[in-house]
Amino acid sequence: MQRYLATRLLALIPVLLGILTVVFVLIRLIPGDAVQLFLGTQVELTPEQMTELRRFFGVDKPMHAQYVDYLSRIVRGDLGVSLRTSRLVLDDILQRLPLSFQLATLALLVAMVIAVPLGIASAVTRNSAFDIFARIGGLLGLSMPSFWLGAMLILVFSRYLHISIGQYVPLTQNPLGTLQSLYLPSLALGAAIAAILMRYVRSSLLEVLGQDYIRTARGKGLRAAAVMLRHALPNAMIPVITVLGFQMGYLLGGTVVIEEIFALPGMGRLVLQAIFQRDYPVVQGVVLVIALLFVVTNLVVDLLYAWIDPRIRYA
Amino acid sequence: MPGSTRASVTLEASAAAAAPRPRAGWRWWGRRFVRNRVAPIGLVIIVASLATALLAPRLVPYDVRAMAPQASLAPPGGQHLFGTDEFGRDVFSRVLVGSRVSLVVAFFSVATAVGLGTTVGLTAGYYGGWWDGVSMRGMDIIFAFPAILLAIAIMAVLGTSLLNLVIAIGIVYTPQFARVARAAALTVRSLEFVDAARALGLGNARIIGRHLIPNILAPVTVQVSLSLSLAILSESALSFLGLGTQPPTPSWGNMLSEGRQFLELAPWNAVFPGLAIMLVVLGFNLLGDGLRDLLDPRLR
Repeated sequence: MQRYLATRLLALIPVLLGILTVVFVLIRLIPGDAVQLFLGTQVELTPEQMTELRRFFGVDKPMHAQYVDYLSRIVRGDLGVSLRTSRLVLDDILQRLPLSFQLATLALLVAMVIAVPLGIASAVTRNSAFDIFARIGGLLGLSMPSFWLGAMLILVFSRYLHISIGQYVPLTQNPLGTLQSLYLPSLALGAAIAAILMRYVRSSLLEVLGQDYIRTARGKGLRAAAVMLRHALPNAMIPVITVLGFQMGYLLGGTVVIEEIFALPGMGRLVLQAIFQRDYPVVQGVVLVIALLFVVTNLVVDLLYAWIDPRIRYA
Repeated sequence: MPGSTRASVTLEASAAAAAPRPRAGWRWWGRRFVRNRVAPIGLVIIVASLATALLAPRLVPYDVRAMAPQASLAPPGGQHLFGTDEFGRDVFSRVLVGSRVSLVVAFFSVATAVGLGTTVGLTAGYYGGWWDGVSMRGMDIIFAFPAILLAIAIMAVLGTSLLNLVIAIGIVYTPQFARVARAAALTVRSLEFVDAARALGLGNARIIGRHLIPNILAPVTVQVSLSLSLAILSESALSFLGLGTQPPTPSWGNMLSEGRQFLELAPWNAVFPGLAIMLVVLGFNLLGDGLRDLLDPRLR
């Protein structure tokens, strides 16, 4: 396992470097330099003052030197300063990160709670009316834009059920309040994942149920429930974990849209606001942090996968 | 865009299994397609949506930009099938015309992704070596960003225009095609008939054109259908966030964004564009699912 961990960590280095490079290049593609963006169109400065400011922002150096500066700053955890609020970008992100992370995690939980029992029931009752109904439901869930589902949930809850959706309360202050403000957004975000997951649970379980060792287990007289719980389900769930890892990317990206519709003060709203205010250090910081989170989550899932299934780490 | 990787997980496997097989006639394929049940329903939905988008200017009962303050936020029914928005514009007409932007962006962005992705994937799989390593690591890096986030970042940098929307969504979905094409190319490259073609003196370009491309068509077709559904969802999400199609041009995403402000007062402004997105995406998902069942040799 240690060897596997070392290999995976080594393989991470080029990907991380690649992410940092892509973000660096993207930000440099913006027309105009950091000084112009900082000043906007209202302020006129003398050429000397402009040169001084360029030196202050480090954009007077050649591109490769700027790249090295950028890498060394990132490694030290310095994501720069907001052009609009002059606050440290890292502070702003750390303040907003918990909400987005809680939302993504809760959405994943919602998806699992919906998908796993439905997927199992669907596989066990293959081609029954229930199975067909569940599969159609899955396809609909997959085809529904999450932000539209969010809007519809708000509509149904506030207009027809008269249930108000509370404002976000940090988990440290009131966990119940956090849950109250996040259950609808996480349902909107998790629905599509539930649909995907259900299909995977179903097909994976059907594949396992067709294996010889399941026939053997049944042949030696084990009860159906024991076959399912001891032999079929643990094996069927292994590939599902990989799919879960992939979906974290969707969840982390999806928070941007969901936070907007539910007016939640997370990283998604931070990045959108920054885009419209042309506050590029903030845009850069949020994109970097979300991409890094995604890479780390995938690593954790990979390790989990290898831990559960020894065939992976000895391959 | 749920799980940009959901399709490629199975598709890579099916691409690897897509060994050359005896050529089947069109009639045989047609029969299998109709018997599939799922794919024809998807195809009907897509053809109907395409026809609607093409004929939208002739079908719309009202000018999509014509404002009628006296008919502001009128409920569905009567003169306005889907009601009106806050400016008194006909929602039905705007949904019909909105389909054009969504479909055009989806088709062109997936075409971009297919062009870039299959070129990279085919050459990487066929030539191998340093090019394989470098190009596929590049694809891994694009894959390392959550799809919608990368599209948002690209739009933020390039600015909002239809062309930039196509570029942003196209780049995001390129790695999936590269992986599918590479997997198929790797399998086919080592087969005897490719060795034979090489021994006969065929150049690389002809081997790729004559032998590799026909063998990646099946997995790429399935991926195209599934990617179109994701591209429509991406376009609507970007337009919803204000980074895609800009008003007054109607697109399903920006209609939803505008309709959200009157959600309680006039829910039809948000309900109908969302239903339209769902229907078309469902069509592509059904077609993609059906084609996968049909073209995956392991299931035959």
